[in-house]
Amino acid sequence: MEALILTIIATSIPLLLAATGELITEKSGVLNLGVEGMMLSGAVGALGAVLWLENPYFGIIAGALSGILMASIFSIFTINFMTNQVATGLGLTIFATGLTGLAGAPLVGKTIPSLPKIEIFLLSDIPIIGNILFKQDFIAYLSIAIIIIITYFLKYSKPGVILRAVGDDHQSAHSVGYPVKKIRWYATCFGGMCAGIGGAYIPLVLTPHWSEGMTAGRGWIALALVVFASWIPWRIIVGALIFGGITIAQLVGQARGWPIPSQILSMMPYLATIIALTIISGRISKNNSVVPASLGKPFFDTQ
Amino acid sequence: MITFTPRDKVSKNWTIMGPALSIFFTVFFGLLIFALLGYDPLETLYQIFISPFSRIDRISDVFVKACPLIIIGIGLMLCFRANVWNIGAEGQFIMGTLLAGSFALLFPNVENKLLIFIMIFIGFVGGALWAFIPAILKTKLNVNEILVSLMLVYVAMLFIDFIVRGPLRDPMSFGFPLSKPYSDGALINKITFPGIGYLGQLHYGVLFIVLLIPFSWLFVNKTLSGFKINVLGAAPKAARFAGFKQNAITITVLLISGGLAGVAGVIEVSANIGQLQPEVSFGYGFTAIIVAFLGRLNPVGILFAGIIIATVKLGADNAQMSMGIPKVVTGLFEGILLFFLLTGETLQKYKIKWSKVKK
Repeated sequence: MEALILTIIATSIPLLLAATGELITEKSGVLNLGVEGMMLSGAVGALGAVLWLENPYFGIIAGALSGILMASIFSIFTINFMTNQVATGLGLTIFATGLTGLAGAPLVGKTIPSLPKIEIFLLSDIPIIGNILFKQDFIAYLSIAIIIIITYFLKYSKPGVILRAVGDDHQSAHSVGYPVKKIRWYATCFGGMCAGIGGAYIPLVLTPHWSEGMTAGRGWIALALVVFASWIPWRIIVGALIFGGITIAQLVGQARGWPIPSQILSMMPYLATIIALTIISGRISKNNSVVPASLGKPFFDTQ
Repeated sequence: MITFTPRDKVSKNWTIMGPALSIFFTVFFGLLIFALLGYDPLETLYQIFISPFSRIDRISDVFVKACPLIIIGIGLMLCFRANVWNIGAEGQFIMGTLLAGSFALLFPNVENKLLIFIMIFIGFVGGALWAFIPAILKTKLNVNEILVSLMLVYVAMLFIDFIVRGPLRDPMSFGFPLSKPYSDGALINKITFPGIGYLGQLHYGVLFIVLLIPFSWLFVNKTLSGFKINVLGAAPKAARFAGFKQNAITITVLLISGGLAGVAGVIEVSANIGQLQPEVSFGYGFTAIIVAFLGRLNPVGILFAGIIIATVKLGADNAQMSMGIPKVVTGLFEGILLFFLLTGETLQKYKIKWSKVKK
């Protein structure tokens, strides 16, 4: 049971990180559909760095940087050249799939050491909970820290309020004198960093070797999680755990030989995403205020 | 510091210059990345862009490869014009193929070519039904069609895998996940040229494009429905004031694009594979998104775009065989191409001004 919970947590962490990053990006009014691509880059970056420097912590840094690099490409085109965000995001995922396939080719067949678990003094000795919550790896702690920080940031800090203002009404934010484009750049790069670390988590903890397209749609599920969470950070934790649970449940089902074909079981996370989106979207369309009002709209600063 | 000022009207020069420059920049940056990763850029250039044109049978294979891309691209053109983001054509392709293929397998000994025409119709229905799911969720419950159509790609991939390994597996396939072969009536033949014979894999399916391009051109440019689609995409408010039924248009474009993706699947499999297998598509549904944009959401443009992208795809196959470059690199070129094309669209509408940084 304990092992099962630990696997569910591990499965949900990439989703949690990527969705949290995308939430900040979307709060600034930018819809980046390239999450899948940024995660893939994070994964290949982490693998390469760990093989080269032989220390899993460099994998985290490399993952973050790869994600930021991809987010910068997205930002140049959507924010500076004002291209369509949906199409550019798709392009980013397609681009990253090709780039990581090329960069990952020499890494095929090589295995990396996994990220060590860190025991928190005393707390890790608490029965059951200690093992589950306080013997995690660095990225797991980091992801929870990020959720707490951005909850505070969005609600109580001045930059957080400015970020939301830019996402809700960029024209007004611009007339008051806030640098809309700069803020969106930062928010998008933060999203890229989180997606990159989320992607890095996959080789660093889940499967320690490269395979093409190894994120397997997690980036898209992360995008759905943001909607599922109605742009409220802590709800991402709930959503990510539910999806982690469903993913593990179908794996357990396959291992135990449930009388359902394995392919049908493998569909569960994707079907669950559609069902969750349907339930939440119905509610959101009644109460539109949770969606950043300028989401996906390019900002033209006519001077 | 770069600033943009709106143009009075859309620049005609950039309409043509945009795609041309985009292709140039794509080749440049693509090769730069190859060089940085340690591959010989000139060899890559030759393999990817020139080798597909080095022999006449290879040229005809470009058309064969372009066929599904163009058919799907035309369908996506309608969606994107209406600002409806169907990115699940890959799944619609699979489901159309699967439904038509299952039908064909009910008639193991039919030689009459009527069967393939019925299959094309069933393929359309299958693809359209799969696209109906995001369509109905979008219009009734305001569910994002991007995520739903994409999730359904994964579902479709798993579903065909299940069917081909389970109910439809050929008992004589020695454990391979393959269905029984189609009967003759379900196959699309290669074109025989008098005196030459076959030209590569060139098959009668390409005739569908010859019909589709003019028909879709007339539809988008000369009919009221085509006009409504354009207005909805370009000015949704105007469309509402004019009393256009937004939901009906959204559903229609999704059904047509899903249906065409299904037809593309039927033609592809009946011409080149001749039975059902777990992998029938090889990413055509995703690549067609790039084709639609490269063709500037215009039927004739999509014809050329399909040929260009098919060249890169075949070139990547050649590069994989001769240089060991993984086939997925086509994505690299497709992605960069899309970035620059979209930038070109901005330059159509805005003038750039360079000015010194002022602090």
